[in-house]
Amino acid sequence: MKINKLYLFLIVVALVAPSLVYPVFLMKLLCFALFACAFNLLLGFVGLLSFGHAAFLGTGGYITGYLMLETGITPELGILAGTVGAGLLGAIYGKLAVKREGIYFAMVTLALAQLAFFFYLQAPFSGGEDGLQGVRRGALFGLIDLSDNFAMYYFVLAIFIFGFWLIHRTVHSPFGQILKAIRENEPRAVSLGYNVNDYKWVAFIISSALAGLAGSTKTLVFQLASLTDVHWHMSGEVVLMTLLGGMGTIFGPLVGAGVVVSIQNLLSGGELGNYINIVMGVIFIICVLAFRSGLVGEFQKLMKKNFN
Amino acid sequence: MATIFGINLFALSGQLLVGLINGSFYALLSLGLAIIFGLLKIINFAQGAMYMLGAFFAWMALNYMGINYWWALILVPIAIGLLAILMERFLVRPIANEDHLYSLLLTFGIALVLQGAFTHIYGSSGLPYQIPDELKGGTKLPFMYLPNYRAWIIVSSLVVCFSTWWVIEKTKLGAYLRAGTENPQLMQGFGINVPLITTLTFGFGVALAGFAGVLAAPVYSVSPDMGSNILIVVFAIVVIGGMGSIGGAILTGLMMGVVEGLTKFFYPEASTTVIFLFMVIVLLVKPAGLFGKEA
Repeated sequence: MKINKLYLFLIVVALVAPSLVYPVFLMKLLCFALFACAFNLLLGFVGLLSFGHAAFLGTGGYITGYLMLETGITPELGILAGTVGAGLLGAIYGKLAVKREGIYFAMVTLALAQLAFFFYLQAPFSGGEDGLQGVRRGALFGLIDLSDNFAMYYFVLAIFIFGFWLIHRTVHSPFGQILKAIRENEPRAVSLGYNVNDYKWVAFIISSALAGLAGSTKTLVFQLASLTDVHWHMSGEVVLMTLLGGMGTIFGPLVGAGVVVSIQNLLSGGELGNYINIVMGVIFIICVLAFRSGLVGEFQKLMKKNFN
Repeated sequence: MATIFGINLFALSGQLLVGLINGSFYALLSLGLAIIFGLLKIINFAQGAMYMLGAFFAWMALNYMGINYWWALILVPIAIGLLAILMERFLVRPIANEDHLYSLLLTFGIALVLQGAFTHIYGSSGLPYQIPDELKGGTKLPFMYLPNYRAWIIVSSLVVCFSTWWVIEKTKLGAYLRAGTENPQLMQGFGINVPLITTLTFGFGVALAGFAGVLAAPVYSVSPDMGSNILIVVFAIVVIGGMGSIGGAILTGLMMGVVEGLTKFFYPEASTTVIFLFMVIVLLVKPAGLFGKEA
């Protein structure tokens, strides 16, 4: 029951947070946290390192942005379309990527994401270098005006909780158990009669659709869909968030996203803006060399050692 | 103007030349990746950053120390190789027994630091590097004009690639290397210093990227993000070729450069994406890659 209290506490914090902290920052944090959680479903629970998750974040963002700009649909439908679009792209990319393993999987996903990047750079509807600007947030279900940051915040929070719950359910379902079995010992999972590639594929689709959901939401928050979201840098960032927070843990990506987004916010304002890449790179190196379990993983180890 | 079937031969051969030049760089970089992968089983994400570093070192050597192109062509790869040896010894080796994905992430971090540092110091616009006097000008062929420096890129990278291939396939040192790829424990049992060979191999594989960087300095502008753009293409090439063979890495690199050049001529809109599309086709038809050995 301890864990339920923790969830309750977090929800209360999330509900009062916008009156204490700038809501746009919180929304950014929630979007990236959802993105990182979606990514972690693949890396942490199936052991697949995708280096191209920006493609799904960006696809969700571009579809939602385009629909909100060009048609009169309501935001929840725009987000749904972005999520489905990213999931479909994930179905195609995933089918190709699961043919290879390990390091090759990372390279294939990176190359496929670069394909998406050049597509959005050249496609006539995506605004090229400028991206899609001035995307309207619209009114939720045609009733609640989202141009108010507080209303938008609670909408984003609801989306995040839904995504987080879905990942939680997936991980703790029989399906999730099989994913973990594949991560731990793939040949054994094969010998037990599981079609490993199909399981990986479905996990890839869920992960990419949720990454798309994060991207769609992010587009509404910032009223912008741009090439930054499909750039390989973004793919690297989500890897860093998950690694730093702790891969394979439920809360790790959340913590990692919080730390990374906060660092970016701190650095981007002042003269230190140029140092962002260097700082990110150094964190990468330190994480890999010194604490591969991440912040949450190390914390759990510490708790186990001292309080068990 | 020379035309056949309505195709402008002058323009076509021009694009083919550009393709061959890009292919030379692809071949050098993927060869380096393949050599390192063979022994260490890791992918060096910093290979692109090292290529960028090679170009910058050549520029710095010329502008700060007055070292000319020809000396840079020899000294810069050595410097990059030494740097890589330090990197292998102090960063890569400590995690050699962990999952190989960690070394990919480690080298990615190194690439970010290098790229970030050079962007910070030199800005993201490129720096110019003069073609050496000996290679200025060009030769007029029947249906194209061949600039001497471009011919030099193709010739010198082919020489380096094929001598590397020859050393690995035909000499005793190469035999050690191939044996190490098959079974490092057994080779160590025969009294061969495997950690030393591993370090030197890493150094040499990365030095190839440094060499490519010096070659590239006069044709592309020397800029911090020159490495990351080419590296992702090289990754796709590695997937296309498969890392089973050294010769395969070289051939695939050259071939993809030519494919890219042809696409630039016939359908320029797809020239940035054609290699990735080619990778998709290879994944569908022969997932292990054209020269891949594994199932």
